[in-house]
Formats: sequence, structure tokens, C-alpha cells
Amino acid sequence: MVDHAAIHHALEARTNRSLVTPEGVDLTLRIADAGQRFGALLLDLIFMVVTLILVTIILGVAAIAGGPRFVAAPVIIWLIGFFLLRNCYFIIMEMGPRAATFGKRIVGLRVVARNGGRLTADAVIARNLMREIELYLPISFLIFNTSQGLADTAAWLFGVGWTFIFAFFPLFNRDRLRVGDLLAGTWVIRTPKKTLGLDLIGRNAATTRLTFTDAQLDAYGQFELQTLEQILRLDRPEALATVADTIRAKIGYWDNSSDVAFLNAYYEALRSRLERKLLFGRRRRDKFDR
Amino acid sequence: MNAASAPIGPTTLREMRQEEWVRLEAILRQVERRSPRALSDEDLMALPTLYRSALSSLSVARETSLDLELVTYLEGLCARAYFFVYGVRTSPLRRLRLFFVQDWPNAVRSLWRETLIATLLTLLGLAAGYSLVASNPIWFEAFVPDGLAQGRDFSASTEYLRQTLYDGGRNNMLAIFATFLFTHNAQVSIMCFALGFAFGIPTAFLLLYNGGMMGAIFALFVSRGLGTDLGGWLIIHGSTEIFAIILAGAAGLKIGWSVVFPGEASRMNAATSAGKTAGIVMAGVVIMLLAAGALEGVGRQTITNSIARYAIGVFMLIFWLAFYYLPRRSHHG
Repeated sequence: MVDHAAIHHALEARTNRSLVTPEGVDLTLRIADAGQRFGALLLDLIFMVVTLILVTIILGVAAIAGGPRFVAAPVIIWLIGFFLLRNCYFIIMEMGPRAATFGKRIVGLRVVARNGGRLTADAVIARNLMREIELYLPISFLIFNTSQGLADTAAWLFGVGWTFIFAFFPLFNRDRLRVGDLLAGTWVIRTPKKTLGLDLIGRNAATTRLTFTDAQLDAYGQFELQTLEQILRLDRPEALATVADTIRAKIGYWDNSSDVAFLNAYYEALRSRLERKLLFGRRRRDKFDR
Repeated sequence: MNAASAPIGPTTLREMRQEEWVRLEAILRQVERRSPRALSDEDLMALPTLYRSALSSLSVARETSLDLELVTYLEGLCARAYFFVYGVRTSPLRRLRLFFVQDWPNAVRSLWRETLIATLLTLLGLAAGYSLVASNPIWFEAFVPDGLAQGRDFSASTEYLRQTLYDGGRNNMLAIFATFLFTHNAQVSIMCFALGFAFGIPTAFLLLYNGGMMGAIFALFVSRGLGTDLGGWLIIHGSTEIFAIILAGAAGLKIGWSVVFPGEASRMNAATSAGKTAGIVMAGVVIMLLAAGALEGVGRQTITNSIARYAIGVFMLIFWLAFYYLPRRSHHG
């Protein structure tokens, strides 16, 4: 039997980090996982490449239109622009109030100091300059492969392996820290933009007709209740049907009410019961927790 | 189970507090989209209170509510508000001024040991390059890549070499070359710094190689009797640029050293504090390289008198040394 609650708790333990504010409240921050960070990086690189291409086209047109005498200015602008883009795009965006580049914003991430303090400018500079060895060095190794012969190839392979240790550093530690994060004392957390959905209780007036006995409501705990809540919010008919059947089978409640009405009624009843118990200090985490 | 009487607890929490959360969210959205200055005075005054009341809502919700949506929403809201409220903001101008007056010289000064080691490594490379190339010109190709040499090798005539030192024409290409050199050197410096994480060994190699390259070029020009002229050509911007590369190497060495020998702190903490200091030094290095590039682009074309070139180069060196190492009153707080 797969214990989904245990899996869920293990996942939470892996990604949650506590940050206790000066007021004494523990904000559980969720670490961005490797896939999200890589996705944000890809988006940023795409953005940088597109900007570079656009600027090159514009400057190329300007250089051609200006004639041979004024070819210097566009080239200089391009060189400096490339340098600034490569080094300063990340730094300037991460020093803003949202501490996130465009790629990170799209994915919903943010850079934060590990000790809960301010994200200082020197931390942002240090973490982004380290990208030289994490990203640009492996890429240049891959591109400029001029090996002729076995020794050269062996050296190239070794170089690739060594640089890729730095590139894949986030996979080797729990907090998904890059080398730059390690050095600057930062990490990347998720900041999902949430709007508050409606309370599920009191949504559906028809549910007051269905009642359940205490034994039927004792079947589940908090984890199952919140899973049911998520399914009700998603509102997909197949999922609702499956869950309704499972619950009906478990508590032995067969009537001719619709799945939606049954689930809403059961959710209301279960939540009221569990919250009342919570007021007395008894929290039942899942169905195995007695 | 049925809502026969008015329910106590979390449903009332939403009803009581939802307006405050909505207001807090609107303020945060405005702050994130534009600058914090866009907030009105009332919003700014209300923000800490709203933040604290959101925190208290979160605590109550965690203890009394099983509504996952509510708790998750409040956690996200409180985290966003925390990072704004506790991210102290000085005006960017003041922050910039602090950087130039205090952070940057202090950071460089704290690296004095590593700077000495980096200087020694560069000089070692210089001596090695010079003596090797002076004894046997075959070594020249090993030290100086073709792209950088641009025809200035042992097969070139003395007249050609002299011309490269004093050529004031071909303005366009020189300006482009100067910019390319600036970005190339800046990238090399950043690489020096970043490689410091690999225990400083690649940084040391890079410094040695850089010194060797300079030594080789010196050997070439000295063998044609153009040694002092080359010195003048280099020193206008070279005093700044070579100093910058040495500082970048020092920053890399500091990180490498702190990872291998963390002292009393843990390796992670030692690396973190070294990284932040080194980051400030690197920002300064880029500024120095910008200054060197400007000196090179402007000064080298317009100033062709060797003595004037030496004077400017030495003056710049004294300026940087004074800026970094002159004792000054430290500002606390």
C-alpha cells in the first residue's frame, strides 16, 4: 500500500525551509527545484539571445547606413552592449525589489538571502559573476573543441567533466544551490502568485440535506481533507467521480445524490468536525494518525 | 456539522481580515511593479501594520483552519511582505557613494596578502617569459597567441615594431580594438575571479600566463632596442589594467584560500564572506578596466611623447595605490 501522506510529508521536508521573522512567525519558504531553476535560466538565455540578435540587426543597419566612416560607433556599442548584457542583466534585475530576472518571474521564483537578512548588492554581484565558470566555461568547452588526437581528446573530456561538475552543482546539494549561491549566501525560493479562492464551506446550499454519522467522518484526517479540497477546486468530472466512489466505498454511503453534492457535503462535514477537534488541540494529520 | 448557528473560527477570520489582505496585496503589487517610491504616504504608513496583522492572521489560520488554500495564500502574502518590509532601502545614490568611498577601498585593502601573492605570480611569469624568449625566440609563439600579436613577432622589422608603438592614425580600428581589449580583459578578470573557487589553482596559472605573455613581448621589443618605448606604450593604461588583473586574481585566490583554510568559521560561511568581499573587488576591477580602456583609447593616440606616457602611467599607479591603501577614518554604521 502506498502511503501517500508519508510521501507528501517527505516531499515537504525536502523543499521547505523555515524562516522565522522577528515577530516570531515561521514563514515556510519552498526551495525552487532544479527543473524550475533550469527553466528560468533557459528563459533568460533565450531573452538575452533574442535581444542580442535584435540589437545586432539594428546596429548592422545603422553601420551600413552610416557608411564606412561611422562604422566604429555601432561596433563599439555592440561590444559594450554584449559585455553589459552578459554580466549586468542578471545583476541589475536581481538588485530590484522583486529580486528576480524575467525568466525567474515567469516561473515564479525569487532570490533571497539564506540567513533571512537583506539581499545585499555584493551578494548579488558575487553570485552572478560565478556564472562564468558554471555556464560560460562549459559552453566554451563544448564549442571550441579543437582536439586532434587522443591526448587532446582526453584533455578535452577531462575539461568537460570538470566544468560540468560546476554546471550541475545544484543537483549535488539539497538546497539546490549553485556555486554562486554557495558563495553569496543566497538561495532561490518559490513565490507563487496566488489569489484567494472562495471558501468551500457554504458554497453549495444543497449540501445541508446530506448528513453523516461520526463513524463515517472518522475515516479521514487532515491530509485527505486537503486533498479533497484540491480536487474540489480543480473541478474535473473524472477525478470527482473516482474520489466519490472511493469515499462512498470506504464509508458505505450509497444514495442517489450527485458526486459533486456528495463530495461538497462530505467536505463540509469533515472539515467542521476536524476543525472543532482542532479547537480542543487535537490535530489528526492523516487517516493513520490516531 | 450543519451551519445552524453562526460558526466560530476560521470563516469569521476571512470575513474579518480579508480587506486588510486585499489592501496589503495591492500595495505589494504596486511596489513590485514600479518602484517603492510609487506608494502614497498612507500606504507606506499602513504597510508595517498590515504586514503584522497578516502575520497574526497566518498564525491563527495555521492553528484553527484546515483550509489549505487560505494557509498557502497567507504564507505567500506574508513572505512577499516580509521581503519588502525588511529589505532596507537606502537611496541608490547614497548606496553608490558608500560603495566608492568605503566598500571598495576597504574590500581591496582586506585583500592585501592575496594582492602581494598575485603580484609575485605575475612578476614570476614576467621573468620566466622574458628570460625564455630572450634566450630562444622560438618560445615567443608559446607565450603570445597570434591574434594578440597581430604581426608583432620576431619576423617583423624593427621599423614596423616602432610604428606600432607610435602610430596615431587608423582611428576607427584602434577604437574598436580598444573596446574589444577592454571587454576581453574584463572577461579574463572575471574568469580569474570565478576560477578562484577551484581552490585558486587556475587563477594562479592565469596570472603566470599573463605575466609570461608580457615578458615575451618585452623580450621581443628589447631585442630590437625598443624597450623603453614599449614601456611607455604599455604603462599609460597598463599600470591600471595590470593592477586590475592582479586584483581580480587576488579576489579569486581569496575565495580559493577561504575554502581550503576556513579558519574558525565553517567552510560555507568562510566561502560566503570571502565571496562577498571578492564580489565588491570585482565590481571595482571592472571600473578600473573601464578607466584603463579609456586611457588606452584616448591617451595612446594623442600622447606620443615617451616621457609624458611614463608620467601619466606612474601618476595613475600612485593614484590607485593612494585610493586603496592610504589610511582613512572609517565610517561606522
